[in-house]
Amino acid sequence: MRHTISLLVENKFGVLSRISGLFSGRGYNIESLSVGETIDPQVSIMTIVTSGDDQIIEQITKQLNKLVDVIKVVDMTELDHVEREMVLIKVAPKQEAKAEVLRIAEIFRGRIVDSSQATYTIEITGDEKKIEAIIELLKPMGIKEFVRTGKIAIAREGVKKG
Amino acid sequence: MKISGAEIFIESLKKEGVKHIFGYPGGVVLNIFDLLYDNKDIQLILTRHEQGAVHAADGYARSTGKAGVALVTSGPGATNTITGIATASMDSVPIVVFSGQVPTMLIGNDAFQEADIVGISRPCTKYNYLAKDVKDLSRIVKEAFYIAMSGRPGPVLIDLPKDVTASKTEFTWPEIKIRSYNPTYEGNKWMITQAAHAIGKSKRAVIIAGGGVILSGGSKELRELAEYTEIPVTMTLMGLGSFHGNHKLSLGMPGMHGTYYANKAIQGSDLLIAIGMRFDDRVTGKLDAFAPNAKIIQIDIDPTSIRKNVRVDIPIVGDVKRVLTLLNKILKEDVKEQWAEVRKAWLKQIDEWRQKRPMTYTYSDEVIKPQFVVEKICELTKGNAIISTEVGQNQMWTAQFYKFNKPRTLLTSGGLGTMGYGFPAAIGAQLAYPDKLVIDIAGDGSIQMNIQELATAVINKLPVKVAILNNRYLGMVRQWQELFFKERYSHTKLDESVPDFVKIAEAYGAVGLRATKPGEVEPVLKEAFKTKRTVFMDFVVDWKEKVFPMVPPGAPIDQMLFEEPEEKAEKKLKAVK
Repeated sequence: MRHTISLLVENKFGVLSRISGLFSGRGYNIESLSVGETIDPQVSIMTIVTSGDDQIIEQITKQLNKLVDVIKVVDMTELDHVEREMVLIKVAPKQEAKAEVLRIAEIFRGRIVDSSQATYTIEITGDEKKIEAIIELLKPMGIKEFVRTGKIAIAREGVKKG
Repeated sequence: MKISGAEIFIESLKKEGVKHIFGYPGGVVLNIFDLLYDNKDIQLILTRHEQGAVHAADGYARSTGKAGVALVTSGPGATNTITGIATASMDSVPIVVFSGQVPTMLIGNDAFQEADIVGISRPCTKYNYLAKDVKDLSRIVKEAFYIAMSGRPGPVLIDLPKDVTASKTEFTWPEIKIRSYNPTYEGNKWMITQAAHAIGKSKRAVIIAGGGVILSGGSKELRELAEYTEIPVTMTLMGLGSFHGNHKLSLGMPGMHGTYYANKAIQGSDLLIAIGMRFDDRVTGKLDAFAPNAKIIQIDIDPTSIRKNVRVDIPIVGDVKRVLTLLNKILKEDVKEQWAEVRKAWLKQIDEWRQKRPMTYTYSDEVIKPQFVVEKICELTKGNAIISTEVGQNQMWTAQFYKFNKPRTLLTSGGLGTMGYGFPAAIGAQLAYPDKLVIDIAGDGSIQMNIQELATAVINKLPVKVAILNNRYLGMVRQWQELFFKERYSHTKLDESVPDFVKIAEAYGAVGLRATKPGEVEPVLKEAFKTKRTVFMDFVVDWKEKVFPMVPPGAPIDQMLFEEPEEKAEKKLKAVK
């Protein structure tokens, strides 16, 4: 099963390689990984998407916790959370399909961030399903390339019921 | 007053109470070596290879419980430490390795003798550092010792660029706090209570004691638990010495070359109490057939060791000594059983297994059996020596026939299985205990992997004894070839290429002795133990001898191979008395 794991780590050189080494050294796969600073510049947050059975995921989270530079490990899959990913898609549609591309972008609340005589570059944010869906729809129009950020995730705050 | 990075290195080691470093000089560590030239507090033991330096630091650490320290130069000096570091990592040994590095300006430039040792050592260290700024150096050293020694111990490497050892700053000895590193020492009380009740309910319990018992200093508590609840104890290779080998509850070692009765007991148990052990494949054999009817309690300071290989019913993360202390208290206060009565049938059953298949071998008057040498060493030292081993048959015969009765008296590469470990490790232990008898039980293959350390032993007047079980083969691999590869002895026959170990010893200024007949074994050992010098003993042993019993790879641990029938038919002179 796929898991989205969120890590708070010390913002030091070498940390990324310790974490990726942990995965590669055990033959586990990283499907996506994104890193950024947190409100405390000495701490970074990483979101890793990986997959495995329960035992593998338990080992991954324990091994991550064991790394000296890892402050906190949360398996987001176990929590109510919000996930987002961004993709930049460069499409080169035929003249007659141009309007259709713009219409699809609009339906998906995408933005055109660059355009040339032959191409549009569309920015889309959403969960995985949405990203997959627009890629599928645009494929027949002629996708030149696309770049995905990898997933980021944040836990939802509980809503108090009055 | 500002002092140099090299001086900070020395001051920091003094603060950590370091008296001995094992090392080898080179270009980028000259600033440090210059200070060691006339330093009165810290003695550098020059080994003849960096791998030897790290193994010696490891032997020093295993025998004393203190961190061992090695200092080497950059590039090849640093890469030569990797086998030693990986050995220490697999067996949770606290060592701190300092490697020189090219000046920070040149890092990444493929400079002369540059290697990315921080990158190379990352997967086999507990943690490592590149000290880029002299202002961080004392903190890094302090953290390194703390990380190496705390939690589940392990090796830490510090890479020291040459310019950092030269530049100057004020020396401080800061308080350290690593917010992302907090080992769990206290076990969960509720879980420990569950364990106590499970012990109370069990009829056929077995304790498997591992290296964690020794690391945490929990031997006394282990003995208390075993004796109070009358539960038999089997010790893994790393756990030998954690429980008295001659105790009536001792089952010896389990697993691939363990005793029949330990393996039968595990397979027949209704409760396994795994203490500071990690269910290595050499212990479990075929995993899905392992201890099929047992509930499993696992106590380990490292959460990743729990449920890594086997299902665990009651996991307890914590320091073995502390967990056992609380467990014993709860057992005595809340779980009062008529233990002797409860265990009677189970202990009787185990005794029957013990009678049926004792740990034994077939003695010969004609040719020296390697087991006989180990047995004699045990007899003459009364189990009081510090024993190191190499890897292979010599290691297994030592584990089977030397009755360890104290923790920290067996130095052996259990996890990584490093040939060439035993001799330098013995040198490290001998340095820590100049008056103790330290013996490396070696094979003719393994000893040649770090034989150059004879020079280190002799020049430092370290009276290490090396007992070479010389069968002219890489015996353990040969054994597998005989049993599983149709006797095709591919590249395991050393034969006439085995050097004259007596002459080698003498060439280095050590004593060389040889025994070729069983009657010569005891006189040779006695003579070696009497002398205050480094001794090589060449025991020319039966090359055909194999390590039995043996669990074939992939089999459940109670399906063991024993000596062949015709050999068995011979008189079993040495059957357990």
